[in-house]
Amino acid sequence: MRQPSDSPPAPALVALLSGGQWPCARAARILALLLCAGLVSACNDMVEQPKLKPYSSAEAFDQNAEARAIPFGTVARDEPERIAALRTPPKVDAALLDRGRAQYEIYCTPCHGLAGRGDGIIVERGFPPPPSYMEPRLRAAPAEHFVDVITNGWGVMYSYAARVEPRDRWAIAAYIRALQLAGAGEMADAGGEAGR
Amino acid sequence: MAQLFSARADLFLRLGLLALVVLPLTMAVSGFAYYRSSYYTGVGAYVQQPVPFSHRHHAGELGIDCRYCHTQVEKAAFAGLPPTETCMTCHSQIWTNAEMLAPIRASLATNTPIRWNRVHDLADYVYFDHSVHVTNGVGCSSCHGDVADMPLMAKAEPLTMGWCLDCHRDPAKNLRPESEIYNTAWEKPADQRRKGRALLAHYGIRKDHLTDCSVCHR
Repeated sequence: MRQPSDSPPAPALVALLSGGQWPCARAARILALLLCAGLVSACNDMVEQPKLKPYSSAEAFDQNAEARAIPFGTVARDEPERIAALRTPPKVDAALLDRGRAQYEIYCTPCHGLAGRGDGIIVERGFPPPPSYMEPRLRAAPAEHFVDVITNGWGVMYSYAARVEPRDRWAIAAYIRALQLAGAGEMADAGGEAGR
Repeated sequence: MAQLFSARADLFLRLGLLALVVLPLTMAVSGFAYYRSSYYTGVGAYVQQPVPFSHRHHAGELGIDCRYCHTQVEKAAFAGLPPTETCMTCHSQIWTNAEMLAPIRASLATNTPIRWNRVHDLADYVYFDHSVHVTNGVGCSSCHGDVADMPLMAKAEPLTMGWCLDCHRDPAKNLRPESEIYNTAWEKPADQRRKGRALLAHYGIRKDHLTDCSVCHR
């Protein structure tokens, strides 16, 4: 508990508020104090505090940036879990496929297209076309292959390791498999059409 | 004895009395208007950037999802600015010689981050969290406007405390289903009142605590 004696009124304040020859002095001084309070509240100093927020400037650090490069050899606390998640395929169920679809449509569709035929809008704009997932080679490829490509990149495709979480990579691989099955259905239909 | 006051003194007295009433009123009204004006809040003012990145082109015309670049938005307080690597995922192959993109290439070559200029700058005593909003029915455009139609980024809303509280007091009017969070062209359906109430229950939002000081301040 804070004792009243801990915080005596500031001497200047006492001097300012007490006495005075002019009858109105007291009122005038209180008015002046109120004016000061008003001015202080107009300053809004706390809007810019000397603390670091994401992506703010920090002269003490490299490149005047608050975000610092991780020192060589640093191991994240969740690294074992991440490695384990990358090594162990999760159980494929409806929830994983839903997750896979959502992640696929964020990160993969720009190039691979919604149906996985390698005809995304970025390809339309001149990016070298990726192979269609319907290719026999990719149909035969194990899920690990897709996870590996997402993690490490392939050809002109950059690594997505910084963007897609390990478990989500498996989810995307499972969704690609679903796209391949859907594609096969379409192909069979097309074959049926051709046979007519 | 000569007259103490001229004939015009009466007019001055009347004008003076009028000014006594009108002046403070005018000052109050204009001050209020100033703090709500875009001149003060910065709404609609485009911010110049080192590279004139167009959300209209990338998110609008190309339809790239917000999360392709702002990868942390569902997991962290800060939505995350893409590293140069993300730009170069496409621009290592297309528009490789564009003059406009020279700073991006230089950034990658010299391993120096691009210094983007902040458009939405909250006061340091506000602890805004993106993840809690986008996972609870508040879409990007509720605060950022129709980003997919902005050639350069500009503030769409004042982001004042009153503006935040307007929604915190009654979030139902702005809530949307999970499928519409990243649709920046989303418009409130006609029966938003009813849908909003259902969404309030769906997301499990406890309205009675949304205006606690500690929700936004520490």
